[in-house]
Amino acid sequence: MAVFRARRLAPVLALLAAALVLAGCGSSTPSGSGESPTGEKRVITLYSGRNEALVGPLLKQFTEATGIEVAARYFDSAALAAQIVEEGDNSPADVFFSQDAGALGALSKRGLLAKAPQPAFDAIGEKYRSDDGSWIGTSGRARVIVSNDATLPPAEIPKSVFDLTDPKWKGRIGISTNNASFQSFVTAMRITAGEDRTKAWLAGLKANEPVVFPGNGPVVKAVNDGQVALGLVNHYYLYEVGKEIGANNLKVRNNYLAGGDPGALVNVAGVGIVKSTKHGDLAAEFVSYMASEPAQRYFAESTTEYPLIKGVGTAPGLPALEEIDGPEIDLSDLDTLEVTLGMLREAGLL
Amino acid sequence: MSPGLAAAAAAVALVALLPVVYLGVRATQGGWAKASATLWSQRTGALLVRSLALAAAVTVVATTLGVVLAWVTVRGNVPGRRAWSVIAALPLAIPSYVGAFAFLSAFPGLAGFWGAWLTLTLLSYPFVYLPVTAALAGIDPAYEDVSRSFGYGPAATFRRVTLPQLRPAAATGGLLVFLYVLSDFGAVSILRFDSFTRVIYQAYQASFDRTPAVLLGCLLLLVTLGVVIAETRTRGRGRYWSARSGTRRPLGDSGRPRYALAIVPVGVAVLALGVPAATLIRWVADSAQGGVDWSRLLGAAEGSLAAASAGAVLTAAAALPVGLLAARSRGRLARSVEQASYLAHALPGIVIALSLVFFSARYLTPLYQRLPVLVFAYMVLFLPLAVSAVYSSAIQAPPVLEDVARTLGNRPLKAFAKVTAPLVAPGVAAAIALVFLSGMKELPATLLLSPTGYDTLATRVWSATSVSAFGEAAAPAAILVLAAAIPTWLLSKRRPYREVPYRTTWAGAAPGAGTMVNQ
Repeated sequence: MAVFRARRLAPVLALLAAALVLAGCGSSTPSGSGESPTGEKRVITLYSGRNEALVGPLLKQFTEATGIEVAARYFDSAALAAQIVEEGDNSPADVFFSQDAGALGALSKRGLLAKAPQPAFDAIGEKYRSDDGSWIGTSGRARVIVSNDATLPPAEIPKSVFDLTDPKWKGRIGISTNNASFQSFVTAMRITAGEDRTKAWLAGLKANEPVVFPGNGPVVKAVNDGQVALGLVNHYYLYEVGKEIGANNLKVRNNYLAGGDPGALVNVAGVGIVKSTKHGDLAAEFVSYMASEPAQRYFAESTTEYPLIKGVGTAPGLPALEEIDGPEIDLSDLDTLEVTLGMLREAGLL
Repeated sequence: MSPGLAAAAAAVALVALLPVVYLGVRATQGGWAKASATLWSQRTGALLVRSLALAAAVTVVATTLGVVLAWVTVRGNVPGRRAWSVIAALPLAIPSYVGAFAFLSAFPGLAGFWGAWLTLTLLSYPFVYLPVTAALAGIDPAYEDVSRSFGYGPAATFRRVTLPQLRPAAATGGLLVFLYVLSDFGAVSILRFDSFTRVIYQAYQASFDRTPAVLLGCLLLLVTLGVVIAETRTRGRGRYWSARSGTRRPLGDSGRPRYALAIVPVGVAVLALGVPAATLIRWVADSAQGGVDWSRLLGAAEGSLAAASAGAVLTAAAALPVGLLAARSRGRLARSVEQASYLAHALPGIVIALSLVFFSARYLTPLYQRLPVLVFAYMVLFLPLAVSAVYSSAIQAPPVLEDVARTLGNRPLKAFAKVTAPLVAPGVAAAIALVFLSGMKELPATLLLSPTGYDTLATRVWSATSVSAFGEAAAPAAILVLAAAIPTWLLSKRRPYREVPYRTTWAGAAPGAGTMVNQ
């Protein structure tokens, strides 16, 4: 008779049994389901490329205002856009909230977005929405040069990103090349200054041995610590890092460029209604809410981004959106990332 | 070999091939001109070389490290042997993105090839370490004694007698390391090494056109197929169960503890565990934001446990027929089935996830984004881990025993339950543990396929790190590693020797059947 090693299997099975019991308990409480007294649920499914920490409170605000529950799925904008494409007509998504205009443009070009409600569309400035009415921007994100007064006197801050190829910046620049905003900024440079000039700039930047970080937050922290003299990031990271490490530990400042410099690009996050939605009216309400005053004020105050409708002021300390003298480009052209990534790889920066 | 076993194994293999079918469908939609432009470019060739170079470098070092560590902790008589054998397996519990973050923060200059090589080696050597310790604990010491009695020193004995017996375990572990490196995305992305997976992901990001990504995926599949076939060839023709009559002698205690050897497990533990632990602690210390959302964390922990355990059970059950078939038969069906189950493993998680999105959203719509599909995704993702674990056990369970039970009047199923099942049980347990901890760490498939609003510890870590809220990431990351450490601990508990109270002579053995391994 063979010896059955029950002792070996027992702890594993006990662990599994416990886990499966928990699974049974867990699955009986579905998430994001609000039942009104009549038993009819008003729920929309949101695919959000924006992080939960940033937009979670806004979604709660929306539910309180309208009574519509939001079941949200969070991932990268590009991956979610790919998912919507794969799902096709059976997509459970009602609304797509994207971190950048490129993903929205890609879905719109494939005819996967329905028209945004007209009032919301009209409320957003022409620069910050799609041409064909399918998506609208919800908040603006400006590129800045972040610096630390202790390591870099304000007078020495460059007036243009093109100055960064000067050898005096060797080893003193912090960038995050993996980041979609950086890649969009290089795309904007490509479109406004031409491919040759961009390639030359990238080569010059690489020659200056920039320090590459895994994200924009680490860039800001590195400038704060004095590890690098300046960094190329989005404007709101200063406030995010400030929240994390404490305002009295924050020594960095944002510097906005001017003169149509690509380094002053204003990109947008945005929303679009997925065409296959079965809750078109609820989705339209969501989009309208994002373009309304309470939501825009949320973007201004909580995430310190730029509101895009008239009548909502920006957070103190930020220059007004109209004052930012960024490059003149059509944001839906920022979806030609392929070429940009190729250039970044060739330059050895990616 | 029963037809039922073959049919079950074939069914599992077909299921494991779903991502391959998806790639085929999408690739053909792109058109031939685009395909050749993407595939035959110089860049693709360079990319292939880079990814293979990294995978090969990691595999060689991780295999060596795994074998050396296994020998030191099993036979080396270091003090605190039992503790070391558990600690040495623990790096498996660390997700690659956490490990990469840790190494990059500790050694900022270590980006690119060498950073990726170091990180992936330290995190994946347990894939070799675990099966080799099991094999070391299971081999018959009589052969080594005979070799020593012939005058060969310990080193020569190790090389000529022990090492060949460890070859299948080391080779299987090495294959898993190779595929792990090819498919990894988290570490190479953070360390900015341009591997296939990173380029595939960026291709999705860049053009939102699947075709280049899909074509690169197909190329990756072909490479994997080649590697898997090569690995099967290295197995040779040896039979790895004892052909001797009589029982195996238990291994006695071998003298006084050797402290100098302890340097090896200590050094590896400091690097592989100490650096990530130090980073997690620093994250907590640096963060000014206090307060952990315990209820949310608990929910995420439940979610991780539920999905991972269901996935582990399903995968182990699916791997059982495949592993048994591979161990017992050398026919083409057995080899193909086994290779098919490994094939999709080298694909990046996002590709497998999107393939299952494609199939389940269009053809299984009611189940889409429900837990069953996620569990199914874990099965497709981690089948090779389970198959290798079951295989390592199954090759030590001779089919002749089952035949004998049949001749004694037992029906096939009963013979299986009484004879083979207990012998394969350790392999199945190892399979469950391995898939469980891999499921705990999994990210892209979970993000795409889990029910909307379903939290796991891995998604919490990712959510926090993607806004650089490292302090917030520390708690779920720590819980994740601790939770994954439990099955790792179970996997590494060294088995005490058991007495096999029946004779294991081979009926009708060929002449020269006293040898254990075909030279």
